[in-house]
Amino acid sequence: MNPLPLVAVAGSPNAGKSALFNALTGARQKVGNYPGVTVERHSGRLMLADGRPIELVDLPGAYSLEPASPDEEVTRDVLLGKQKGERTPDALVIVIDASNLDNHLRFCLQLIELGLPTIVALNMVDLARRDGLELDPKALERELGVPVTETVAVRRRGIPELQKALDDMLSAPFCGVHEPVKSDLINLQRRAREIATAAVVSETPVRRWTHRLDSVLLHPVFGPIILATIMFVMFQAVFAWSQTPVSWIEDLVAWLSGAATNALPPGLLRSMVVDGAIAGVGAVITFLPQILILFFFILLLEGTGYMVRAAFLMDRLMHGVGLSGRAFIPLLSSFACAVPGIMATRTIDDPKDRLTTILVAPLMTCSARLPVYTLIIAAFIPNTRLAWGVGLQGVVMFGLYITGICGALLAAFVLRRGVLKGSGSGFMMELPKYQWPLLKDVAIGILTRAQIFLKRAGTIILGTTIILWALASIPQAGPGQKQSDVSIAGKIGRGIETVVKPIGFNQDISMALLPAMAAREVAVSAIATVYSIDGTDEQAGATRLEDRLHHRWSLATALAFLAWFVFAPQCISTIAVTRRETNGWKWPLFMVSYLFVLAYGAAGLTYWTAVALGL
Amino acid sequence: MNAPFQHDVTSLDLLKVGTKARVLSVDWAALEESEACRLRHFGFDEGVTVEPLHLGPFGRDPIAIRVGRMTVAIRRRHAGAISVAPLIQ
Repeated sequence: MNPLPLVAVAGSPNAGKSALFNALTGARQKVGNYPGVTVERHSGRLMLADGRPIELVDLPGAYSLEPASPDEEVTRDVLLGKQKGERTPDALVIVIDASNLDNHLRFCLQLIELGLPTIVALNMVDLARRDGLELDPKALERELGVPVTETVAVRRRGIPELQKALDDMLSAPFCGVHEPVKSDLINLQRRAREIATAAVVSETPVRRWTHRLDSVLLHPVFGPIILATIMFVMFQAVFAWSQTPVSWIEDLVAWLSGAATNALPPGLLRSMVVDGAIAGVGAVITFLPQILILFFFILLLEGTGYMVRAAFLMDRLMHGVGLSGRAFIPLLSSFACAVPGIMATRTIDDPKDRLTTILVAPLMTCSARLPVYTLIIAAFIPNTRLAWGVGLQGVVMFGLYITGICGALLAAFVLRRGVLKGSGSGFMMELPKYQWPLLKDVAIGILTRAQIFLKRAGTIILGTTIILWALASIPQAGPGQKQSDVSIAGKIGRGIETVVKPIGFNQDISMALLPAMAAREVAVSAIATVYSIDGTDEQAGATRLEDRLHHRWSLATALAFLAWFVFAPQCISTIAVTRRETNGWKWPLFMVSYLFVLAYGAAGLTYWTAVALGL
Repeated sequence: MNAPFQHDVTSLDLLKVGTKARVLSVDWAALEESEACRLRHFGFDEGVTVEPLHLGPFGRDPIAIRVGRMTVAIRRRHAGAISVAPLIQ
């Protein structure tokens, strides 16, 4: 069977390409990776008027066929038919920003020279009008020699006309030249300016909206204040909005495991279904609400054009440790959860900047670490008041967050001078015009992220949870034996104990470290389980966990445990997402190892210092 | 009209916000290949009119610059490689 005709959607960044792609294909999109690189391939199907299906592929935005980033390399290779795993496009839809013809026409001319059947979508004509620019699409059509259709993709205007043009083009027999004539960029740019001038009917000078907004949003004083406010609202929403859906998911998981417990006879199978599979799926989907809410904000910030402004405001500070302003939002998101944070690093062009950001993202204290911090602090740090409204417990908690941030900055600094040496592309970004994105486009973006997380990370997380279950349950304890003693996990735990003993960790902690890999907060329940399983006195259940810890751990151990958790090697979700985002096991393994060394060192240093101080 | 005075020649990072200027030359050799490529993509070339619009809040870095119909942000260091002549308005 012949593959479907492939139509590539190409254009410069900020031309509204993705919105146009969404408008043409709707929500049914396939997202994958191009082989060997971490560039996403978005494709979808479209039916022509005569019922013939075609495949539409959304190429990464590029300024020219002369690449300055991995994304642009993919675009060039696909267009020239050199990309592994992709066939040469049969036709092109070129998207250009009507209000930025001088620049976008350069790439457009270069693409037309490829000699493929081509349609130009003159997009964002509404923004051009807002800027006082009247264009003549017919003049543009004459100059370019290919059909031109006016569109406003984010408002879904001009889409039927574009489809009609696509129909006409793909129905007509094509007999063009396939020999690309290569003009150099300077000539193309000159020609682009000429055509742009010819296509402009009239231009009324107006105070541009974008400039007016930028005077406030990029103001040296108000800019950072507004950014901080937006981030504050975002975080409030992530925690406030996610509580209800998370509790629904927890109820659902509880109900499911209850139902499974009743339906299955006691034994290994029931244990696997309930403690392995259902618990594993539960662990995966409890991440979803936070991820989706964070991505709602990230996509909204991206779609409005504010994201680049946030990067602009923060660039100087991030630059100090060798990162770019683009790393700010991903790192900030990692305070909620490193998974969406790492997934959000897609917006960083430079591969080394991006990798550094991914590697330090887990050092941002994620919300799953809070229960662990809360438990240990409540158990060991006296609730003394240091000053009016300032308690010792709060100060310790704050200190843990700050330690994480400093650790991340330090790690970035070292990585950029070590394994990830070499200057990045610096910080060169277009500040796009502000516009309000279509909520449907935001929704499609959120769906795509959810799909990626569930499919790629979900399978790894589920698999590992079942393995962890197997380790904890096999072999089964006989009468009078403790499960934690006989199981493989128990033996591993004792193995871990010999490693972590020097830094003051006792057996209880060693037993909790392995399950804590599934998710951070599991450390709390794992410790609780150790005590309830091994508890000998009847009152065991009645005693609060904090009190029991207080009696069994020394203060030095508790502090070491806290220090460990600031840096601790990541939960499986983070490792799985890192694997997907870096396209291999090399960097996730590096991440786990360097975090382990850091955690071990920090915990050790804390423990030895505390012991020396007689705590 | 709009002829630059030679003694006004300066580099883009030293240009005051709101001052329009014409690009005289770009020191491509001072830039890495991908950086130079990106600057060309943005349309920085001899003869174009540029105007610094906003400065970053910390260390007045990066700089948002209007070039053609686009606004782009580049770091101070890169702006230093572009020499310009302010236009008389």
